[in-house]
Amino acid sequence: MSLEPEPVAVPDLEPGGAGDGAALPGGPQGVPGWRRLGRRFVRHRLAAAGAAVVLVLLVVALLAPVLAPYDPVEPDYAAILQPPSPAHPLGTDELGRDILSRLIYGARVSILAGLISVGLALAIGLPVGLVAGYFRGFWDEGVIMRLTDALMAFPSLVLALAIAAVLGPSFGNAMVAIGISLAPTFIRLVRGQVLAVRELEYVEAGRAAGAGHLWQIGRHILPNILSPVLVQATLSLAAAVISEASLSYLGLGIQPPYPSWGYDLRTAQGYLDLAPWMAYWPGLAIFVTVLAFNLLGDGLRDLLDPRLRN
Amino acid sequence: MLQFVVRRLLLSIPVLILVTLLVFILIHVVPGNPGRAILGPEASPEAVAAFNRAHGLDRPLHVQYLTWLAGVLRGDLGRSLVDGTPVATLIAQRLPATVELAVGAMLVATLVALPAGIVAATRRGTAADHVGTVLALAGLSVPQFWLGMLLILFFAVRMKWLPASGYVPLTVDPVQNLKTMILPIVVTGLRESAVLMRMMRSSLLEVLRLDYVRTARAKGLGRWGVVVRHAARNALVPVLTVSGLQLAGLLGGLVITEQIFVIPGFGRLIVDSIFTRDLITLKGAVLVAAALVVAVNLVVDILYAWLDPRIKVTGGSRA
Repeated sequence: MSLEPEPVAVPDLEPGGAGDGAALPGGPQGVPGWRRLGRRFVRHRLAAAGAAVVLVLLVVALLAPVLAPYDPVEPDYAAILQPPSPAHPLGTDELGRDILSRLIYGARVSILAGLISVGLALAIGLPVGLVAGYFRGFWDEGVIMRLTDALMAFPSLVLALAIAAVLGPSFGNAMVAIGISLAPTFIRLVRGQVLAVRELEYVEAGRAAGAGHLWQIGRHILPNILSPVLVQATLSLAAAVISEASLSYLGLGIQPPYPSWGYDLRTAQGYLDLAPWMAYWPGLAIFVTVLAFNLLGDGLRDLLDPRLRN
Repeated sequence: MLQFVVRRLLLSIPVLILVTLLVFILIHVVPGNPGRAILGPEASPEAVAAFNRAHGLDRPLHVQYLTWLAGVLRGDLGRSLVDGTPVATLIAQRLPATVELAVGAMLVATLVALPAGIVAATRRGTAADHVGTVLALAGLSVPQFWLGMLLILFFAVRMKWLPASGYVPLTVDPVQNLKTMILPIVVTGLRESAVLMRMMRSSLLEVLRLDYVRTARAKGLGRWGVVVRHAARNALVPVLTVSGLQLAGLLGGLVITEQIFVIPGFGRLIVDSIFTRDLITLKGAVLVAAALVVAVNLVVDILYAWLDPRIKVTGGSRA
């Protein structure tokens, strides 16, 4: 994975990815030059590296039963705490389970955790932000935004922890907790974008032509706010993976014996002197996954934000 | 300025009230029956009913909320269900370690991020910039509990230079305190420095394009003179905002670091209260975590307005 080239992420007006100046979501139809975008994406080496890693992780997660050499859950008391060997390339844990197999199955949990919790955050944030920004008025200023302010006052992990604790430790509850803690960011982002777009001439023209609210929102506004939402969703995937690992590390995520990178690290901490290899791989897997989503998100931001391309 | 401060102060009040409402709803309404949630599924219905009666949990929700709110306003956050200690006392006992950790981490973050951000911005597009940018992204992506474990493995288990965990208060033994706190401070500080470095870099790049910087250059001032005397000072304004928000987040959110290094701080109080099902302590601690964020936000906004007079003119606030 080449991690050398273009600087990423910061709003510092990079010389446009490929300098082709393709028009991105801008017109009322919001039709970007997808093919040109794809070409620029491939040339943005950090984003492409992030996408490649995400793709590999998806394949690993999907094909876990085929790829994993051992059962990730079944203990093997004859192979407890074995260092890496040809039989167990990454070693075994305190119950003799193959770390590589647990790592492979753990990818399912992390990827699923990211997708579900960000999906939930989007399912809350997108409609609420759209309605708040489009209709404005008391419900927007007086209720939704104040509630968002209040929710954003909670450190996100603390909020997720409190929700997970109240609901009880389980994978599903952890997803709900992370999704809710991520939602305010989407509400704010979507509302801000809608406020900017709703004043544009083509939206006003739609209004003048008698377009209904649903048509305006679905046809004129939504397509034109999707770029920043997509970028935020990708970066939120990184945050969700780390949050899930953190909750599992604290014992509030997926419950043992099912493999989870966060929970496996928690176990590894008790064996740092005896079996340090137990701590290397789950942490590295979390790191690589989060880095990949961050690279992808940063790259998408560079590519989709016209201010950063020119 | 005074008008701005008063307006900003007044704006914080509804947010704080909503925060109390959210905390209350979360802890009291979500589990359905609080007595059952606290005592667990194995408790008899009679025991649950008695518990609810003893703690006023059988009264109407709005009465419970207003009673709790009145207590909060007096500084009374209730008593721990574990040993009856006032929650406010528990928090006061735990905060010093967290404050030390948070302030130390921000110090490390600033010491790393500001020079790195300045180098990255002034040498934009060079190898130094690329390396800095990728390192910052890596810093943002590395899970703190893993980095913490690797450092423990090397410095405590292998080299035996530092203790693996434990905490000695600064007031009891400063040297031992430093030994126990250096790893957690570095782990937290490095992550925060990644955020700060990216902010410093982008902020400085924005400023370096402005006319007054060009004028300073045209006057014949050297590159570093321009950066240090003119650009960096203005670029620091948004960086200050971000670091304030980071500090606020750290004060309430050092859960993981305190867990790895077994530091009896505020974050660990939250985790401990979860595992002992002490919902009263959890409620108080989560409220204080959010209130700290609101308070630090307020201070940062006022500082921001003081440093950048345009904020007062436009009446802008970042909520």
